[in-house]
Amino acid sequence: MTPRAQAVAARPSQELELPPLGQPSDPAWLSVSRRRAAAWVRANGFPSSKQEDWRYTSIDPVLAVPLVDGTGTTGRRPSLAVLDLLDLLGPRLGAVRLVMVNGHLAPELSQRAALPGGARILRLEDALADNPRQLASLWSWRSGGYPHALRALSDALATDGVLIDLPAGAVVEEPIEVVLLSAPGGAERWSHPRVVVAAGAASRATVIENYLGAPGRPSVTNALTQVMMDDEAQVDHYVMQADSTDGFHFSSLEVRPGRASHFSSRLLAVGARIGRHEVQVALQGEDAEIELSGLFLTGAGQVHDNPVLVDHAAPGCRSRQLYKGVAGGDGRGVFNGHIVVRAGANGTDAQQINKNLLVSDRAEVDTRPRLEIFADDVACAHGAAVGQLDPGAVFYLRSRGISYQQARALLVSGFAREVIDGFADGPIRQYAELLASAQLDRVVLTRQDGAAPAPAGGRASSASAATEGAAR
Amino acid sequence: MLVIEGLHASIGDTEILSGLSLEVAAGEVHAVMGPNGSGKSTLAHVLAGRDPYRVTAGRVLYDGADLLAMTPEERAAAGVFLAFQHPIEIPGVANMYFLRTALNALRRARGLDEIGPVEFLKLADEKCRLVEMDRSLMDRSVNDGFSGGEKKRNEILQMLVLEPRLAILDETDSGLDIDALRVVAKGVTSLRSPGTAVVLITHHQRLLDHVVPDRVHVLAGGRIVRSGGPELAAELEAHGYADLEAMPAAGLSALIGPRR
Ligand SMILES: Nc1ncnc2c1ncn2[C@@H]1O[C@H](COP(=O)(O)OP(=O)(O)OP(=O)(O)O)[C@@H](O)[C@H]1O
Ligand SMILES: [Mg+2]
Repeated sequence: MTPRAQAVAARPSQELELPPLGQPSDPAWLSVSRRRAAAWVRANGFPSSKQEDWRYTSIDPVLAVPLVDGTGTTGRRPSLAVLDLLDLLGPRLGAVRLVMVNGHLAPELSQRAALPGGARILRLEDALADNPRQLASLWSWRSGGYPHALRALSDALATDGVLIDLPAGAVVEEPIEVVLLSAPGGAERWSHPRVVVAAGAASRATVIENYLGAPGRPSVTNALTQVMMDDEAQVDHYVMQADSTDGFHFSSLEVRPGRASHFSSRLLAVGARIGRHEVQVALQGEDAEIELSGLFLTGAGQVHDNPVLVDHAAPGCRSRQLYKGVAGGDGRGVFNGHIVVRAGANGTDAQQINKNLLVSDRAEVDTRPRLEIFADDVACAHGAAVGQLDPGAVFYLRSRGISYQQARALLVSGFAREVIDGFADGPIRQYAELLASAQLDRVVLTRQDGAAPAPAGGRASSASAATEGAAR
Repeated sequence: MLVIEGLHASIGDTEILSGLSLEVAAGEVHAVMGPNGSGKSTLAHVLAGRDPYRVTAGRVLYDGADLLAMTPEERAAAGVFLAFQHPIEIPGVANMYFLRTALNALRRARGLDEIGPVEFLKLADEKCRLVEMDRSLMDRSVNDGFSGGEKKRNEILQMLVLEPRLAILDETDSGLDIDALRVVAKGVTSLRSPGTAVVLITHHQRLLDHVVPDRVHVLAGGRIVRSGGPELAAELEAHGYADLEAMPAAGLSALIGPRR
């Protein structure tokens, strides 16, 4: 960590150097909005670990990655050729795949298809130049202030991304996949991609955000997804976070479900050195139903932070949260789940479950469920637990010939299954299983605590001598 | 095949096995009976390699090798199988997948090719029929929500798929209906061969009516206090352990001793 980074984290910095705010083609409202957001960052600085929400996630190593490239260029291209990039992308998860590389849409890597019901996918850069009203309203979602500097930076600096526009009644069955790839070599080391889903009344779509990273020089992904839903719309959303463990991943999901709409978001976090996925759902229309779930598999050297806020501001809404975490090595997981039921949000039915598994002595998961209720006639339940692998179960598996490591991996995947089973049957679930099982090795196999305990019978110190003695 | 000599084992500061000796030859079936809490399951767990038990004295030879120096999975690869008195529930891990993983782990350890999912399905179906186990249990999580009898059948199924050379069945016959008891007996009988040995831990003679053991042992106070032929089981059934317990254990074992 550089001394400068430390200074930035600790206090506001009027001198903080930022890259150029937006594009020359930005409409006036956008330029104003960007300047306001940049001023907010300068006035408030970056979050410090003294802040409750950031207690477990230090931003210092993130700020060691310069926001402004030293060479002064704004080159977009990573050093990899198109074919190499395609190689990194992995299996396609839907008929439509939009690929962003280091925060910029890469049309040559993307696959488009005609969508039914007048649904459109626009490049955010183009949409901003066209200046549609809905984008202006999105940029002002946080006009009351920002939760933290990273969120403000997105408003100040985001120029590209994907706008998924679903007119009323449009039903898109095939998932729409957005790949957000970080590849080393580009001049910009921070990226601020944005995904916007505007779901008209009774429209329906599945949107997958697939974050991937190639190892190398650390980069920072600072993504924002905004979902606005009209009455009775249905959006099923996925975040697959497999960023490079050399880099940092920050993503925020902001959702405004309309009356009687259905929203779900499922997270699988396996990547990044520090990965923080923030979810904020503002239930302002009556009778909406939302389902949030997440699985974080946190290995040695990793931090996964999951702040979730479900704000019941309208009556008759139902929310479900299921988050599970597994931490191994010196990995650290955080679940910070907050449910607010505002006055008047009667008939709210909110549930939050967080279960965590520690598979090493040095791993840690901090769980902080919070429930604030200001309404009557509500059904709220929450539960949180942090446990360890059942030694009896490990022994049972080993007694059948399964190795210590494999037994642990099996038990962990059994623990994780509940979340992954919620992923839609098909490519997305298969992909989740693939990512999870690859990451399990990292979580379960760690240098210091990877060794199996001494054979039973506990003659640990003399066991090898005894073997020799008894071999005959 | 299995030679246990003067085995002392404790958990924490409590000694549970106190100089237990027992010898089981290949091709034989031995029954171990004894009062509750006498150490039968402890013996089974120590043989399978369960962690918290500490062996303080004695030794166990399996085909001449030091069994206690092996990890549980090494013991399994060497052909040791324990049917648990209380099989463990493992949520989220499908029974079919678990059993195939186990079989392939054993096959790898023995230098054999792994069995693919399709071939394994056939094997599992065949063994399911043999133990009259509802095929749907294979697609459920291991023992998760299984009834007591279903768990026991599942243990036998695992035994038949993994084909051990030394099977230790810890009260697999307890809590079973008549049909299930017959299935367990059938499983043990099908395993019986000149190359395999079976240790049946049981409280009831009824299993031994189906599977006639070569030897019957009484475990009390952490050691084998009496050994005999199949008729010993009938005698115990009739008179209980009261007479045994009345006698000083040390005197008894000195008097009768384990079989050679
Ligand atoms: N983890 C443990 N901690 C303390 N005591 C234990 C532990 N495990 C076993 N014991 C004690 O060891 C003794 C022997 O137990 P074990 O389970 O071997 O008996 P058993 O002969 O199998 O009995 P049963 O016929 O009831 O199954 C019992 O007194 C039991 O309470
Ligand atoms: Mg027992």
